[in-house]
Amino acid sequence: MSPSSPASPSSPLHLAVALDGTGWHPASWREPVARPRELFTAGYWAGLVAEAEHGLLDFVTFEDGLGLQSSHHAELDDRTDQVRGRLDAVLIASRVAPLSRRIGLVPTVVATHTEPFHISKAIATLDYVSTGRAGLRVQISARPHEADHFGRRTVPPVEDHDSPVLTDLLDEAADHVEVVRRLWDSWEDDAEIRDVATGRFVDRDKLHYVDFEGRHFNVKGPSITPRPPQGQPLVTALAHGTVPYRLVARGADIGFVTPHDTDQARAIVAEIRAEQENAGRAAEPVHVFGDLVVFLDDDPAEAAARRDRLDTLAGEPYTSDARIFTGTPAQLADLLLELRSAGLTGFRLRPAVLGHDLPAITRGLVPELRRRGAFRSAYEAGTLRGLLGLARPANRYAAV
Amino acid sequence: MSKPLKQIHLAAHFPGVNNTTVWSDPEAGSHIEFDSFAHFARTAERARFDFLFLAEGLRLREQGGEIYDLDVVGRPDTFTVLAALAAVTEHLGLTGTINSTFNEPYEVARQFATLDHLSGGRSAWNVVTSWDAFTGENFRRGGFLPQQERYSRAKEFLATAHELFDSWHGDELLADQAAGEFLRDAKAGSFVHTGHHFDIHGRFNVPRSPQGRPVIFQAGDSDEGREFAASDADAIFSRYATLEEGRAFYTDVKNRLAKYGRRHDQLLILPAATFALADTDAEAQELAREVRRQQVSGATALKHLEFVWNRDLSSYDPDGPLPDIDPAVGDHHISEGRAQVRMYRDPLATAREWRELAAAHHWSIRDLVIETGNRQNFVGSPETIARTIDEYVQADASDGFILVPHITPTGLDAFADKVVPLLQERGVFRTEYEGPTLRHHLGLAHPDDVGGERRAAS
Repeated sequence: MSPSSPASPSSPLHLAVALDGTGWHPASWREPVARPRELFTAGYWAGLVAEAEHGLLDFVTFEDGLGLQSSHHAELDDRTDQVRGRLDAVLIASRVAPLSRRIGLVPTVVATHTEPFHISKAIATLDYVSTGRAGLRVQISARPHEADHFGRRTVPPVEDHDSPVLTDLLDEAADHVEVVRRLWDSWEDDAEIRDVATGRFVDRDKLHYVDFEGRHFNVKGPSITPRPPQGQPLVTALAHGTVPYRLVARGADIGFVTPHDTDQARAIVAEIRAEQENAGRAAEPVHVFGDLVVFLDDDPAEAAARRDRLDTLAGEPYTSDARIFTGTPAQLADLLLELRSAGLTGFRLRPAVLGHDLPAITRGLVPELRRRGAFRSAYEAGTLRGLLGLARPANRYAAV
Repeated sequence: MSKPLKQIHLAAHFPGVNNTTVWSDPEAGSHIEFDSFAHFARTAERARFDFLFLAEGLRLREQGGEIYDLDVVGRPDTFTVLAALAAVTEHLGLTGTINSTFNEPYEVARQFATLDHLSGGRSAWNVVTSWDAFTGENFRRGGFLPQQERYSRAKEFLATAHELFDSWHGDELLADQAAGEFLRDAKAGSFVHTGHHFDIHGRFNVPRSPQGRPVIFQAGDSDEGREFAASDADAIFSRYATLEEGRAFYTDVKNRLAKYGRRHDQLLILPAATFALADTDAEAQELAREVRRQQVSGATALKHLEFVWNRDLSSYDPDGPLPDIDPAVGDHHISEGRAQVRMYRDPLATAREWRELAAAHHWSIRDLVIETGNRQNFVGSPETIARTIDEYVQADASDGFILVPHITPTGLDAFADKVVPLLQERGVFRTEYEGPTLRHHLGLAHPDDVGGERRAAS
């Protein structure tokens, strides 16, 4: 059987937005629309999520990290001219959940320094407070200064995307995801019986030890939190090479990848599908989303000028792991549909300036895609899995 | 001149994993769905309560090697549910019990600082300890901590978290768009902590939150726990809700404050309290009896007796006499994941005492468990309960109570509607919140106030 894509090339594409500070350009906070003083308030995040929901986007992701932001990967930069400091992403997602109704909420969690037991119940709870709209984006930390915040391990310098250090951290992250998923299943859906006749609140035969034993940690289970509304909230990961593609293929529902053209997109999708087959997950739908940074304006010259202006403020040209798009919503729609032909099923857009480019997505790009029959005109499902065409999974522990 | 009336502090404990939570009542709803938490929190806020309180448990309880199935089982993640509750309330404090053993200071400090930002200054942390290998089996380090070090880790954990909270002073965020200066200080959030349990350094990445630090609660009752509270906590969650026990505990703990240079009003004493409320005292007595029967089924009674006997008593008749065999004494306990069993330090003496009590009153096993535990602290009409609570607080048996209703999520509704107005009429409970933050409700100074002298409420 060939590995499964959750969508055919002509089915509507999925759209997510990655929320980070005031936007992905390091000078974005200096734009008049940026509201940098409100970054640490609930209202700021609620407003962004409301805007994304207004555009009927599938979900938003919330970036996070266990250290201060830096322009270097491996060390702090002590800069005072960029946004520094951030709130815990899971709590932001939870804070905005009761204020939104349909959009998916996908916070970042760092597998390297957190407990899978805590993460599992936190995301299950996010699924309860959002009534079925939770996911997580799993991330590793190879930053020595973040390891110093925990004092439990050291992280040697990382040379490249396939270094043994990263492979090891990604293996640990795969174990983390496996434990989180087992804990979500550790309660069968009907474990709570409230049987007055026998006095039993739960049927203990429907509660399961997960008994995970791995190289990095062991976890007994069951979870303290019952199985969440979606059964399995969405697991997502950003991936830039063979080793992380394997993590996506083995454990995720969505991989975010960063192709710079259609051929590259096709090659990445093929690699992930092959890894899916190797992992015995060929039949399971795994979305592959393209990540792009976007500067959107009605006039392409305006978008380019805006990028130049921000680069000048930042003192250097902005670079990214992802392709950087400058242009009009119609041009972006052209590009997305072309990339979709390579097998991508959706896109996670990273607005360069949230205050500007997020409304340009919801009010410019979305209607443009809809005109072309490539995007929804109403939310068609009540859960995030439903929006993405993913079924509610059977519980791995339930007796057949 | 008579002494001015003390103002009562009231809080709401969401009923959860405990046999006092009556799940069999037709009115009992979900203890997991967010709607239950939202209803409970809105009721507490409508009644102008100080805060909502969540307990914790990091492993499902077991007895006799099996998951305990007679009580409510399951609870959501504390931080996550409190953050969501911040969206459906405006004033209510949000107190979470978070363990200092199976967490790390950087992560917990980030979560509390975030909760404080996202709630506009309403977060509180009930610092509890745990050490047992049973709970540790769910975590990376396993059962790494010897019992005697649990308070030493808790104290250092709290001190380290305070260093992280204090690593931002509150004036670092310029966000000056024209000048291009986001931070005033290139080293904001710098910290170094070198100690027995934690050796960490770097930069804390959450700017100072509205309350500076969350309000700190402590819940242990041992001598070490009391010292920890006297030296480090803003409030103590005690279990002595009767008049005499309450006064003894109150006096003991408040007298410990001076040696840490603290005043009597810098530590609030808030016992957990249960209640049975009805229109008349007689109806309330009847209700109380009925609820106790619901809380203690025959099966529950046998399981509770096993806490002391430490052996399988399933062959006994709960409506019959107490076992005449003695408790099994040893390191292994039949019950795991439950703090309660540590209360019985001399099981042989407790068994003797209970047998005598049961014989004197002709009590069955079930009668004994009903009569020796689970008795509601306040039973009566709204007038009786309001008067009793007020008397207890004015007599320094406590500074208020953390109420634990026996029904989820509506168990607080009648108290809010009927008792609170009577306390307000007596002039001992607020009719409006004093300010936006939990420190305001509790009359605690902001940690940034010089010398801590300015009362937050003034």
